[in-house]
Amino acid sequence: MSGTAPAIQLTDVRFAYGKGPTVLDIPSFRVEAKERVFLFGPSGSGKTTLLGVMAGVLAGYSGGVEVLGRDIAKLSGSQRDAFRGSHLGYIFQLFNLIPYLSVMENITLPCRLSAERRARLKGVPLEQGAHAVAQRLGIDELLTKRVTNLSVGQQQRVAAARSLLGTPELIIADEPTSSLDYDHREKFLELLFESCAAAGSTLLFVSHDRSLMHLFDRQLSLPDINRAGA
Amino acid sequence: MVLLSLAYHSLKNRVLTTALTVFSIGLSIALLIGVENVRVGARESFANTISQTDLIVGARGGSLQLLLYSVFRIGAATNNITYQTYEHWKNHPAVAWTIPYSLGDSHRGFRVVGTDENFYKHYRFRRDRSITFDSGRLPQDVFEVALGSDVAKTLGYKTGDKIVITHGVAAAAGRGILDHKDKPFTVSGVLTKTATPVDRSLYIPLEGISAVHIDWTDGAPPMPGEEVPAEKITKQTVKIDQITSFLLRSKSRIDTLRLQREISTYAEEPMQAIIPGLTLQELWRTIGYAEDALTVVTFFVIIVGLLGMLVSLYTSLNERRREMAILRAIGAGPFKIISLLVLESFLLSIAGCVLGVALVYVLSVTFQPIVEQHFGLYVPIQPPTSTGWIYLGAVAVAGLIIGFIPAWKAYRNTLSDGLSVRL
Ligand SMILES: Nc1ncnc2c1ncn2[C@@H]1O[C@H](COP(=O)(O)OP(=O)(O)OP(=O)(O)O)[C@@H](O)[C@H]1O
Ligand SMILES: [Mg+2]
Repeated sequence: MSGTAPAIQLTDVRFAYGKGPTVLDIPSFRVEAKERVFLFGPSGSGKTTLLGVMAGVLAGYSGGVEVLGRDIAKLSGSQRDAFRGSHLGYIFQLFNLIPYLSVMENITLPCRLSAERRARLKGVPLEQGAHAVAQRLGIDELLTKRVTNLSVGQQQRVAAARSLLGTPELIIADEPTSSLDYDHREKFLELLFESCAAAGSTLLFVSHDRSLMHLFDRQLSLPDINRAGA
Repeated sequence: MVLLSLAYHSLKNRVLTTALTVFSIGLSIALLIGVENVRVGARESFANTISQTDLIVGARGGSLQLLLYSVFRIGAATNNITYQTYEHWKNHPAVAWTIPYSLGDSHRGFRVVGTDENFYKHYRFRRDRSITFDSGRLPQDVFEVALGSDVAKTLGYKTGDKIVITHGVAAAAGRGILDHKDKPFTVSGVLTKTATPVDRSLYIPLEGISAVHIDWTDGAPPMPGEEVPAEKITKQTVKIDQITSFLLRSKSRIDTLRLQREISTYAEEPMQAIIPGLTLQELWRTIGYAEDALTVVTFFVIIVGLLGMLVSLYTSLNERRREMAILRAIGAGPFKIISLLVLESFLLSIAGCVLGVALVYVLSVTFQPIVEQHFGLYVPIQPPTSTGWIYLGAVAVAGLIIGFIPAWKAYRNTLSDGLSVRL
């Protein structure tokens, strides 16, 4: 064991959707604190499922899942939700935004739902913080717009801004760059890395885009660690 | 509050279904409150068919019967009371005024009421309304008649017309055998519509009733040639022997009860006195089951409205799976997801209640005069009654409870979907 506790520690995790086939069977998986990990694997190999287990959204797995030093299984359902809300930033693969809220409202929603996450802004007013993040991602012009009027790439940047605001300890991104052009992908990763470094956050990044993988501390192929589906 | 703003925005986003749901709940609320108001109005109007009359007095018999023939002109008296007796009570020191009624004749199905000027002076309905004339004036001569507005309208009579009244009240309208043909009456005036049974009668002086029967013996018409010609009869020459009943106003409340007791124990003649309000209530209770049926129907309408809301919320859940997954991912727990949907359904039902009350108000203001004029139904315009508030509260609570069904379903969705956002 290293000196600091790992950000993520999975031991003998098995998971299946309902009575379906086993999707995950991971003897061991570990992400150190402040590490930036690039996870890849073919479509359907269980990447999103793995993230769901780690985020405490999918229940019914066996084995041990420790996130930021906490055993997820020991938390009650609502504790798990609160934990996720205040310590995790999650960026979806697709369709990230609440359609009936404005861009600004979407970005600030996690901080409005969780007082703890909001406290991490360290006194910066919510809107001001949101504006700063949005500016870095080049979407500050869009803040008052309806999210349904944005391009897919713009939507992904809004989702990124949302997950970065209030810099959570662990940022989980499920193919966040799939719809971004080269320039924005660069800017996005730059900001992502910068924010993680500034806040000491851990980053788990799922992508098909192997051209990005050299930017990360560590690269992992899911089929290599997952015995199921192999 | 974040959830409230979320619920609000989400409802606003689905503006058409939201509007339709609110509208359907609003309509059912309006119906419920409207029916309640009409019911209160009907009860009030019914209880005020006759007002300011403390006692109705007649020969001893059924109290309901006395009320029916004296106020509603339904049925007939089995016995009359003598005019002497009437005068005794009329001049009683505790009595403010009396209105005598002499019943028993009719005209083409409408009752003829013998009365005197006290009727035009003192009779009150709907609290404080008195008898007024649309045209003409009250009958002064023995053979003059004032028409209730329905009578004039149905039969097309106007001031100056001559009419013949029929002996008896059987439906033998205008059959002719027992018409008081030799003594026609002249229409002196037509009463303003009251929307009470007053409209369905003809009013002649007490002397008129005596006059048409002056030459009768033992309830049989005179033999041909023995008739007393009408020209010979004046108010002074006819003697009033008896009347059917009379309305009485006492000088004070306490007098009313004392008078009632005194009248029913009157030694000269078997009599009874009833308090119209009480007997009207009794009557209302016996016919009031119709209003319960109405209430039951409106309750079903409410249930249908609420079910409509349930269906619209429930079907919207499929389109909202993604939204729920996102909310869940950014830290909204089951409690918040459930609260959000319950809140939405609560907001919908509250909005429905507000719309319903507003609708009732607008409709009442618009139609109150028309309804009052045509049906004699005074529907009060007022904030919801205590029953109304109970209904509103019940609907809001029902909306809250119903919200748990889609909320539970939404929560189950978020559990099974995980973070793979379903389309
Ligand atoms: N909610 C669900 N219920 C049942 N089965 C599911 C569910 N979500 C995913 N699966 C199944 O689990 C397996 C893994 O899916 P997952 O979404 O984790 O793949 P992925 O690696 O993220 O793929 P992609 O790269 O296409 O996003 C697939 O076979 C999929 O069919
Ligand atoms: Mg995936």
